[in-house]
Amino acid sequence: MKLKGAEILLHCLKEEGVDTVFGYPGGAVLPIYDAIYDSDIRHILARHEQGAAHAADGYARATGKVGVCISTSGPGATNLITGIATANMDSVPMVCFTGQVGSALIGRDAFQEADITGITLPITKHNYLVEKTEDVARVVKEAFHIARSNRPGPVVVDLPKDIMENSIEFKGDREEVNLRGYRVMKGYNSGQVISAVEHIHKAERPVIYAGGGVISSNASAELRELAEKRKIPVTTTLMGIGCFPGTNYLALGMLGMHGTRYANYAIGEADLLIAVGVRFDDRVTGKIDTFAPHARVIHIDIDAAEIGKNVDVDVPIVGQVKEVLQAINQRLDELDTYSEWNKTIDRWKEEFPLRYGTSSKGRIMPQHIIEKIYALTQGEAIITTEVGQNQMWAAQYYKYKYPRTFLTSGGLGTMGYGFPAAIGAKIACPDKTVIDIAGDGSIQMNIQELGTAVQYKLPVIICILNNQFLGMVRQWQGLFYGGRYSFTDISHQPDFVKLAEAYDAIGMRIKDVGDVDGALQEALKVSDRPVVMDFWVEREADVYPMVPPGGSLFNMLGGE
Amino acid sequence: MKKHTLSVTVENKPGVLTRVTTLFRRRVYNIESLTVGATENPTISRITIVVTGDKKIIEQVTKQLYKLVDVIKVVDITDERSVERELVLIKVKADNNVRAEIVQIVDIFRARIVDIGRNTLIVEATGDSRKIDAIEESLNPFGIVELVRTGKIAIVRGGKA
Ligand SMILES: Cc1cc2nc3c(=O)[nH]c(=O)nc-3n(C[C@H](O)[C@H](O)[C@H](O)COP(=O)(O)OP(=O)(O)OC[C@H]3O[C@@H](n4cnc5c(N)ncnc54)[C@H](O)[C@@H]3O)c2cc1C
Ligand SMILES: Cc1ncc(C[n+]2csc(CCOP(=O)(O)OP(=O)(O)O)c2C)c(N)n1
Repeated sequence: MKLKGAEILLHCLKEEGVDTVFGYPGGAVLPIYDAIYDSDIRHILARHEQGAAHAADGYARATGKVGVCISTSGPGATNLITGIATANMDSVPMVCFTGQVGSALIGRDAFQEADITGITLPITKHNYLVEKTEDVARVVKEAFHIARSNRPGPVVVDLPKDIMENSIEFKGDREEVNLRGYRVMKGYNSGQVISAVEHIHKAERPVIYAGGGVISSNASAELRELAEKRKIPVTTTLMGIGCFPGTNYLALGMLGMHGTRYANYAIGEADLLIAVGVRFDDRVTGKIDTFAPHARVIHIDIDAAEIGKNVDVDVPIVGQVKEVLQAINQRLDELDTYSEWNKTIDRWKEEFPLRYGTSSKGRIMPQHIIEKIYALTQGEAIITTEVGQNQMWAAQYYKYKYPRTFLTSGGLGTMGYGFPAAIGAKIACPDKTVIDIAGDGSIQMNIQELGTAVQYKLPVIICILNNQFLGMVRQWQGLFYGGRYSFTDISHQPDFVKLAEAYDAIGMRIKDVGDVDGALQEALKVSDRPVVMDFWVEREADVYPMVPPGGSLFNMLGGE
Repeated sequence: MKKHTLSVTVENKPGVLTRVTTLFRRRVYNIESLTVGATENPTISRITIVVTGDKKIIEQVTKQLYKLVDVIKVVDITDERSVERELVLIKVKADNNVRAEIVQIVDIFRARIVDIGRNTLIVEATGDSRKIDAIEESLNPFGIVELVRTGKIAIVRGGKA
């Protein structure tokens, strides 16, 4: 059968199990959009390509499947960049299809030409410029394979218009992926596993430091078995949140710059650190040579380049978290005693819980809103965040029960991520409550996606913690720049309620503490459109505790 | 900090060299020299990279290179028994008074004179980096007008690939 390149593309997407794509049309992708027109793949029309990219990312994080987005050439493609870089930093599997000018025009500064494979080279796991229609099927197969295997990441496929328009004979069968420079990691070094088990048996003060790799490896059950078998306390990174239930008696919450005091103290005192699917980010370690100073380190990661990159490791294990933890658990003796170490940690938890003050002006405290959201949803919702204080409070004051229920831009810290990601998550999981915890600054970066959420009748809730500041930056100015609030006051802002209503969404304004609960309950009942909740909160609340940048984890400010 | 020679086999495809150099630029590794060329297999090219760094840096460079989908193999051949060659072309000032002297130097290094101009000679030499440095140094006093030097290529002796 003769098929156009674009038809082959859609055929291949179906074979990869793609049911939804997020995109925005334009000249160079006209052939693709013509094929989408009668395809049963669902296309979600964003209002900005960045929104499409983050929505595909949110879809991917919520499900573990590969997220797919499409844009036209030139400005369409460059609008995806922030979304691609966000996914790359957080190792999210995505395939982004960009239109390109016709092959004959490439390199001639043609209308809407951008060198997108060049531009995205350092922010993708891999990328392709497809040179002939015969290559489309192979490239799509390789792209999905690379995006989802090993350490996941975004892959860009640049598709010149003529390649999509040309027809070739296509039988539908596709050869197996054959990449000699890229092998899927299987197995592990069993000598290292035995050594890890010995270290765990000997340890008196072990701590598990778990991250995004546990989630991408779907290894929450194995992690829990390890922790409970030996009663090892578990702290997670921002990206690891949800991989271990926040309500478990061994849970320490998040560690690092805005981690709990007890998590950071545990790291400071530990004699064994079991690092699982983490990358020793500087937001976690603080001053690197004072991080876990008394601990031997076991590091399990699928990416060999992560092992030994920032800290020296005693037991390096390259492999899938799931497989390696199964191997370790199998060899582990169970421990019944509740050790001195466990008791010490319980004392710290009691002495230094997360806490916050009250507002001198009688305003709502932002932390209280998160606590209320938790009280009403009990860890069953998917929470996305913007970036800044809102993100940290969402990490600290909500107890996550399951993996893939906390979606946040950790590595790049992209303001404007949360709302489109919530749209992607809601489309992936229509039965789940999806809430974007937002700042008044960040939400204005992709507010146009209200159009998308209304069009597809998505009851996503946006909780704006409105402090009329770029709060996180203001906090740093307060702490480290003598309170000189240079360009962080954003009290010139739209009326968010009217803005919501202009889009035919629901808008609410909440100024009194007493109204928080009722308003949230009302918002949770809405089933056919997004709700924008404008909470007027204490303007100068700070996120605590805090490790000052470059400081040591045991020297924390605030929250005593 | 030592100089390391990495022999990197890659897919012979457009853009692969850019991927490798972008990686070095982005991770702030310092390339001393880099050569690319065909191999006995037309689908594979070999990039020979000389990079300075301690053991940890070289280990990171190697691991990061392996992450590139188009990189097939990375071997640090610094401590292997290998044959290494560079090629240099040197245009040197040479009036009649010094020509004989230059010819003598060229002979000692088993280099060749490949062009004779009115006031200059072009000398071609191959050898390992040390030899190339030495010939450059010896010709320097006469006045080097122009010099081009390739990066290093290398091949491991014996059976190992
Ligand atoms: C304002 C702000 C404040 C922040 N403050 C904090 C803070 O206080 N604390 C904090 O923790 N973070 C904080 N972050 C986030 C921080 O920047 C990093 O994004 C985060 O710490 C990285 O998490 P991770 O180590 O789990 O790595 P990820 O980025 O999630 O990387 C996952 C790791 O797992 C590996 N992996 C992936 N899949 C597998 C698999 N299948 N098997 C084995 N290994 C696998 C990968 O190779 C990688 O090494 C903050 C971010 C922002 C924007
Ligand atoms: C796209 C982008 N631009 C700038 C920053 C720097 N930045 C980090 S947090 C922050 C303030 C965010 O303000 P807001 O969304 O109101 O949240 P708050 O901290 O007040 O909760 C800024 C500007 C960023 N992370 N992302």
